[in-house]
Amino acid sequence: MKFRLTFWKAVLIALLAAAAYATVVRFAQGLGRSTNLSDQFPWGLWIGFDVLCGVMLAAGGFTLTAAVHIFNLQRLKPIVRPTVLTAFLGYVLVCVALMFDLGRPYRIWHPLVMRNPHSVMFEVAYCVMLYTSVLALEFSPIVLERFRLERPLKIIRKALIPLVILGVILSTLHQSSLGTLYLIMPNKLHPFWYTPLLPVFFFLSAIAVGLAMTIFESSMSAKHFGRQLELPILQELGRVLLVVLAVYGILRIEDLVHRGVLQQLFAGAYQRYETLLFLLELVLALAAPLALLAFRRVRSSPGGLYLAAVLVVLGFITNRLNVSITGMESSAGLHYIPRWTELAVTGGIIASGFAMFGLAVKYLPIFPADEPLPAREEPQKAVGGNVVGEAIPEHAGD
Amino acid sequence: MSKALLYDATLCIGCKQCEQACAEKNQLPYNETVAGEERQSDHKFTVVLSKGDKFMRRMCMNCQDPACASVCPVGAMHKTAAGPVIYEESRCMGCRYCMVACPFGVPKYEWSKVLPRVQKCTMCADRVQAGKPTACAEACPTGATKFGERDELIKEAEQRLHDNPGKYVNHVYGLTEVGGTSVLMLSSVPFEEFGFPAELTRDPLPLLTYRVLSRIPDFVPLGGILLGGVWWITHRREEVAAAEAQESAEKEARKARKK
Repeated sequence: MKFRLTFWKAVLIALLAAAAYATVVRFAQGLGRSTNLSDQFPWGLWIGFDVLCGVMLAAGGFTLTAAVHIFNLQRLKPIVRPTVLTAFLGYVLVCVALMFDLGRPYRIWHPLVMRNPHSVMFEVAYCVMLYTSVLALEFSPIVLERFRLERPLKIIRKALIPLVILGVILSTLHQSSLGTLYLIMPNKLHPFWYTPLLPVFFFLSAIAVGLAMTIFESSMSAKHFGRQLELPILQELGRVLLVVLAVYGILRIEDLVHRGVLQQLFAGAYQRYETLLFLLELVLALAAPLALLAFRRVRSSPGGLYLAAVLVVLGFITNRLNVSITGMESSAGLHYIPRWTELAVTGGIIASGFAMFGLAVKYLPIFPADEPLPAREEPQKAVGGNVVGEAIPEHAGD
Repeated sequence: MSKALLYDATLCIGCKQCEQACAEKNQLPYNETVAGEERQSDHKFTVVLSKGDKFMRRMCMNCQDPACASVCPVGAMHKTAAGPVIYEESRCMGCRYCMVACPFGVPKYEWSKVLPRVQKCTMCADRVQAGKPTACAEACPTGATKFGERDELIKEAEQRLHDNPGKYVNHVYGLTEVGGTSVLMLSSVPFEEFGFPAELTRDPLPLLTYRVLSRIPDFVPLGGILLGGVWWITHRREEVAAAEAQESAEKEARKARKK
């Protein structure tokens, strides 16, 4: 096939090249010279974004497999495959990011044999490892179908329900545990974000973001792979998203009032820097999308759903970065700004996620129209030819 | 019984002999430049701070129930029965959770190295094991840093507070902080002024995460049964609906035939 260089492919290649160079710097010179991390600020962008946000953004996998396979909501089935693909790629990339962040990445297997069950990090490590395997198995039928391997396909299909259940349990555990990580630092994390409810908030927001990412992804795929939008499905997801956000919002506000944070905020007791980022998070993640989704007209329109989903995703990315970076700065006594190498690696990881998604869609039966099974309800347009790397946001009409 | 250190800032003359002894014991470079550094680091495990004629030592507190040991996924940090909190370099994969979790910000990292280690005072674990005092306590010319049994040192610290009303801040730092530490401190200047965290809980920090973690063994089978149950119900409903549909279809067919 002829390779056609488009604008977004060029961006992708530039990002990957920068990341490749940053990788050399990171492993040749060590963490000290390749990052702005220090004794005062040992966790930066790679933990805050690549790991905390990465795991959160991949939460659609367990949310949707549970809805379809456990709760038997067959209507949602057409979007399970792209969602599982995203989740699988997401977790693989989280593991890649960890290899950059660990001081001695070649010992990443140590938690397998040197166990400390009192450590939240140990639990997260185990869950992420097991869940990545579960996702690989959940994803495997797509590859097996492509190569028509009937026997392993049969075995996987039989094991699907236990696998999905295991996946949901593992996800519940580690999505919440990423919040539990911070429970041991009551004196370090800013009161805006330190609460005994951190695990609950991390779990609920993972579900919200999982739903939002699914809406976002379906909208993007519709635009870039020349597919019809599964609007009724997205509308249903939008309704569930509204409920999850409302539950999260009520708990969050109640927690802030209960701990006296809101009262203090109105009394002007906090620094402006933290206050601004805290309010930004609440507006992006809660106020704006709740206001949008509350209107049926917005909730039923593709544009309204898309906007709400993007806001939720951005809002909770802000939340994770606030917990891991903003909230830790005042106790560390410094402002952390990532070095170019850190940004380049993170950029490269995001870029390779988009590239792999594009490639998978091109070569594997991800969307329902490509399935060898008889076609479903709605007729699908043929999948476009040259798609690699065109799945980048804000790429208006092609 | 567990050993401890008692540091009395009012006896300290700021001679930094403890800094030098510590560096020698841990085979770290020590010179004028290092002596001038006022911050614990990967090459300086203890530091004597000064404010006018007041001094204060900072070092690893060697907590009774250390957060660093609790959070380490590979068990590289661990509290020995004798008191010291030690670090097994060969286990460490460099996640740096210990550094983030320590309420005193003690563990430091060898940022300049390609394959770094965590570094901190380990209360001379090998010397303590051999029945000797820590290097810093041995080097201290005034007895400001004193090595001994924790219980006895607590009694002594309280005695000093009792005998010298008004001389000290009325508090033995490390007695109850985060469940108690193996380094106890007395001072005439509030500890916060030298960067010690105030308002630490009396409960060991690991309790905060363990309360959540300890529910996991119950959650896994419960979650499995619950999800399995939901799956059974939702799919059973479908089966029943399908069977009913078939039955009614057959009835219809029979009716049609009778006619």
